[in-house]
Amino acid sequence: MSEWQGGDRKRVSDKYRVVIVGSGPAGMSAAGRAAQKKLKHVLLEKTDHLSDTIFKYQKGKHVMATPSQLVLRSDMDFDAGKREAILGTWDEQTAGHGVNVQYNAEPVKIEGDEGDFTISLKDGSTIKAETIVMAIGTQGNPNLVRCPVEDGSNVQYQLDDPGEYYDEHITVIGSGDAGIENALGLAADAAQNNIVTILNRSPEFARAKKANVKLLMEAKENGKVDVRTETTPSEIKNGELVLETRDGQETIQCDRIIARMGSAPPRKFVEECGIEFTSEDREAYPKLSPAFESTKKGIYVIGALAGYPLIKHCMNQGYDVIEFINGNTDLKPADEPILEEKFSSLPKGKSVDEWLEFFRANISILNELSPLQMREFMLDSEPRRYGRGDVVFEKNEPGSSLFAIAQGSVAVEIDPNDPSITVPIEEGSIFGEVGLISGRRRGATINAAEDLIVVEISRTAALKLQASVPAAKRAITNISTERQLLQMFGSGLTKEDIAEVVETSEIVNVRAGEAIIEEGSEGNDIYVVRVGSMVVEKEIGGKPVFLSYLPAGSYVGEMTLIAGGYRTATVKAAIKSEVIKINGDAFKKVLDQHPDLMRKAKKEMASRQDVNAFIEAKKDSFSGVVDYYSGVANFLIDNGIGEATDVLLIDENLCVGCDNCEKACADSHEGLSRLDREAGRTYAHLHVPTSCRHCEHPHCMSDCPPDAIHRGPDGEVFIDDTCIGCGNCQRYCPYGVIRMDKVPPKKPSLLSWLFFGSGPGPGEPDKAWVADNTDPSVEKAKKAIKCDMCAGIAGGPACVRACPTGAAIRVAPEEFLTVAKLESEDA
Amino acid sequence: MASNAVASQTGRKKVAMHDGFLKHAGFRWLKISSGIILLCIVSYIFIDVSPRHNGGSWYGYTLGTIGALLILWLTMLGVRKRAMTSGSWSLKAWTSAHIYLGLSLIVIGTLHTGFQLGWNIHTAAYVFMMIVIISGIFGIYFYATIPDKLSDNRDEMTETEMLENLRSLDRQLHESAQPLSAEHAALVLQSLEQDPFGGGFMRRIAGKYPDCATRIAQADLRRERAYQPKMGGDDPLDKVDALLEKKEATLARVRRHLRLKAMLQVWLFIHVPMTFALIGSLSAHIISVFFYW
Repeated sequence: MSEWQGGDRKRVSDKYRVVIVGSGPAGMSAAGRAAQKKLKHVLLEKTDHLSDTIFKYQKGKHVMATPSQLVLRSDMDFDAGKREAILGTWDEQTAGHGVNVQYNAEPVKIEGDEGDFTISLKDGSTIKAETIVMAIGTQGNPNLVRCPVEDGSNVQYQLDDPGEYYDEHITVIGSGDAGIENALGLAADAAQNNIVTILNRSPEFARAKKANVKLLMEAKENGKVDVRTETTPSEIKNGELVLETRDGQETIQCDRIIARMGSAPPRKFVEECGIEFTSEDREAYPKLSPAFESTKKGIYVIGALAGYPLIKHCMNQGYDVIEFINGNTDLKPADEPILEEKFSSLPKGKSVDEWLEFFRANISILNELSPLQMREFMLDSEPRRYGRGDVVFEKNEPGSSLFAIAQGSVAVEIDPNDPSITVPIEEGSIFGEVGLISGRRRGATINAAEDLIVVEISRTAALKLQASVPAAKRAITNISTERQLLQMFGSGLTKEDIAEVVETSEIVNVRAGEAIIEEGSEGNDIYVVRVGSMVVEKEIGGKPVFLSYLPAGSYVGEMTLIAGGYRTATVKAAIKSEVIKINGDAFKKVLDQHPDLMRKAKKEMASRQDVNAFIEAKKDSFSGVVDYYSGVANFLIDNGIGEATDVLLIDENLCVGCDNCEKACADSHEGLSRLDREAGRTYAHLHVPTSCRHCEHPHCMSDCPPDAIHRGPDGEVFIDDTCIGCGNCQRYCPYGVIRMDKVPPKKPSLLSWLFFGSGPGPGEPDKAWVADNTDPSVEKAKKAIKCDMCAGIAGGPACVRACPTGAAIRVAPEEFLTVAKLESEDA
Repeated sequence: MASNAVASQTGRKKVAMHDGFLKHAGFRWLKISSGIILLCIVSYIFIDVSPRHNGGSWYGYTLGTIGALLILWLTMLGVRKRAMTSGSWSLKAWTSAHIYLGLSLIVIGTLHTGFQLGWNIHTAAYVFMMIVIISGIFGIYFYATIPDKLSDNRDEMTETEMLENLRSLDRQLHESAQPLSAEHAALVLQSLEQDPFGGGFMRRIAGKYPDCATRIAQADLRRERAYQPKMGGDDPLDKVDALLEKKEATLARVRRHLRLKAMLQVWLFIHVPMTFALIGSLSAHIISVFFYW
C-alpha cells in the first residue's frame, strides 16, 4: 500500500515522492517505473507532448537502437523503427501505465533539500518533492558556430521537416548522427532539388553510428550529398560559405546552414540547483554517484545530461534510478553481466563498480569520465592483466589500440639489439599512442616491469573518447608531444629537461599552403611537424624556389635560434598539417645546458646553410634547372605526394607503355593489378600513376570496421585477410587507388603458356577467362585490393623490377624532393 | 634550416636516382660490350690462323660458341620479362645488357664467319642474326624517341578515356542528327558507321586515313553551308558541325596514339619471329658443322 492512498491524503498529496523533470526516453522510462512501483510521482514536460527531442526529429526518421550489445530494461518498449511508431508506442504505454504527466510545465528554480524540494514553474506555480530526477537532456543548449556570421544569413540549429526546403544550397555542419541524418533527409528526395553539403572537421565520422556513416557514404557515391572531410567553416556570408579545407580556402554557394555540432548541458540552471560539474569544460557533465545521485542530495541526473545520449541507455537509467530511489540498492545496471564477464580475468575481490572507479581514478586520461561514461567506455575496451616480465606487445606487431596503465608499470625496450636497455612508463600513463595516431606497427617491445593491469582501448573507443572528452584528448596530445620531442632530440635528454619546453609548446593546425615561418620575419620559435608535411621555399630573383621537403617528424626554425637574425626561408604546409610550436627561449635553455645537442643542431644547421648557398649560386647560372625543379616539386605536392611516404612515379621520357608493371603487379599478387599506369596526372613527362602513396595518415584507415588496414615495418600500408569487403577504404581514399574485386582462379604456369598456349598469359586474366574458370558453386566475396609495396617479396616492388626501360621508380618524397637530386642531375 | 631527424630511421632502402635502360649503371653494359668487341678485333688481327680465318678453326669455334650461347641468353629476355619471380633482379638491367651484348654480336658473328659468306645454311643463320640485330636497332631508336611523344599526345588521358570520349561524341552526334534532312543525316551516319581505325596495318603505322568518313562528312557540310545565308536561331547543323570537329580532333589524337604505340611494337614483329628463325637455322648450322666434321 503506498502512502498517498492512505488516510491522511491532504498532508502528502501536495508533496510528490519523486518529480521527474523532462519526458524524454530517460524521464519517461523513470515515470513508467515510478507508476509501476506506485510511487507518487509527476512527470514535468515543458512542451505539450512527450519526448520533445525525438518529437523534433525529422519526419519519418529511422531511429536506431544502439549499442546493440546492451539489453533494454524498462517498462516502456523500444526498438529501432520510424520516429512516428516509437512516439506512438510511448504515448500509448505512458497512458497505459497510468503515468501522471503535467504538460507545459517548465521548472525555473529548484530550492530546498532532500525530502523537501520546492520546484517553481514558469507559470508561477510550485511543486513539492522529496526527490527529483533530472532528465532534461542537452538539446536546449546547442553548440553554436564559432566563425563570423554575416547578418541575415540563415543559420539554424534544428531541422524539423527536411521536406520544407526546395532549390537551396544547404550546408550541414557536424559529423554526428544528427548532422548526417539531416543531410540525408535534405538530399533524399531529388525533386526538392537541394544541393546538400556536409562538413566534418576531422577525416572520419567517429561519433556517428556506423549505419549512418554507411548511408552517408552511399549518398556521396550517388552524388546526392557532397561530403567534405577535414573541412571547417571559416566565415558565413549571405548566400556564401567560406571553407577551410586541407588544401586551402574555398568558397561555396550556401543559402542555409544547419549546424548540428552537438549540445552541452544547460549548465546555469543545473548549477543553480546546487549540482556540481566534473570540470570547467563546456562539455563537462555533472558529478554523479553510481546511483545517479548528484552532489546535491536528493537530486538525481539521468539521460543525456548525465553524459549519455543514446536512447537505450537513457531508458535503462530511468528504470534504474527509480529502483535506487525506491531503496533497491542491490540493483545492478543492465550492462553489469557484460562488464562482470570482462573483469573476470582480473584479480578477485573487486566489484564491477569498484573496478570502474579504480580505472577511472588511476588512469589519468580517464579521470574526468563519469561513472556512466566509464561503463560505456569499458564496454568497448578490454582490461588485461600481465605478470612481471610478460610481454604486452612486441616490436613490429601490428596494432592500433592504445594502452592505459591502471596498476604497475612497464618497460620499453629502446634498443632492439639489447633488450636490457629500457625506459619505464609509470602507472596512470598510456602507451601505444603512436600506433593509435599513425597506425604504424608497434615501435618497441613493451614488457610488464611489475604485476600489471592495463586497459586496452580499441582505436574506435580511443577516437570516441577523444571526441567526447576534451581533457582526454589533451592528455593524449601532451604525452605524444613529450615523447616525440624526446625521440627527436634524443642524446640523453630526460623528461625533466624538456618539461618547460613541453609546457610552453602548443599544437597549431596549419591549413595547406599556410606559412608557419615567413622569410625575412623575426621570431625564434621552433616547429615540429607532427602530422602532415611542410615545404621550405626561398625567394630568389622574385620567384619562390623550392628548397626542401619536411616530412612529419622533422623540426624547423632552429637557425634563427642558434645564429640569430631573420628567418632565411619560408616554411609552409604541403597539406593540412599539425605542428608543435616550441617556445624558442625555453628551447634555447635546453640547448645551452646540453652541449651535445647544441653540436648536433649546429651540424644540421650548417648543412642547411650549404643548401641555401648552393641554390643561390645555381640560380644565377642554371636558372632553368632550378625553375624546372621547383615546378616538378610543386606538381608533386599538388598531387598528394606531400602526404605520401612511398610513391610510384613514371618517367614518361622512358615509358614505352608496355604495361609490364601492371602485369608484374598482378602476377606478384594473386592475379590482380594494384596500379593503373596510364591514369593519373603528368607534369614535364613525370607521371603519377594511380597507385598507393602509402600516406602518412592513411585516409583508408579512417573507418575500417574490422581494423584490417595496418602499416608494415617498411612503411607500407596494407590490408590483411580480415577485410570484409565493405568498401569504406575505397570511398575514403582521395587518390582512387583501392579496388574492390574477387581473386581470380589460379593460372597455368608461365611455361605451359609459352609452349602450349594454355591460360591467359602474364598479367591480370581477362574477365572471360576468369568467368570460364571459376567454380560457380563457390561464392567468393569481393575484397579491397591495394598496393602493399610487395612486402615479403624478395627484391622489392615488382612494378619497378619489371620495368624494361627504367621508367618506373619508387621514391619517398623526402628523398626525391631534395637538392641532392638537383646536384646529381646537374653534375 | 631543418632536419629529418626521425624520418630517415625507418631503414628503408635508399632509392638510386633513376636512369634509363641505355644509361643503366653508368653505361656498364656498353663498357663491357665495347671491351668484348675490342678484344675480338684485336685477337682476330693478331692470332694467325692458317690458311686463313674461318669458322672451322679453333679460334672460329671459340667465337661461334660464344656467339651461340650469347644468342640463347639474349632470347631469355623474353622469359625473364614474363616470369615475375622474386629476387633482386631488374628487367632494366637485363634490357641494357640485352642491347649492348646484342650489338656486340655483330662483331662476334662477323668475325666468326671469317668473311666467308655464300648461299648455304651457315650464311642463312648469319643473315637471320643480322636481321634480328638491325630490327633491334630500330627498336632502340623507337624506345628512345617515342615515349615522350606518346606522353605529350595523350595529355593525361588514358586510352580508355579517349575511346569513351569518342563513344560519347557519337551518342551526341546521333542525338543532334535527328532533326536533320535525310542527306545531311546520311553524312552523319557515315561518320557513325565507319570503323575509324580500320583499314589495316599500313594505315595504322602511317597514321593516315584518307577515307575518314568524319572528315568527309564535315568537309561536305562546310562546303555546302559556305554559301548558305545564316538563318538565325538555332540551326541543328551548327551543333553537328561542332561535334564533327570535336570528333575529328579526338580521332586525330587516338590515331596518333595508336600509331605511336604501333611503332613501339612493330619492330618486335620482325625481331621475335626472326629470333626463332635464327635459332632454327643456328641449330641446323651447328648440327651440319658437326655432321660434316
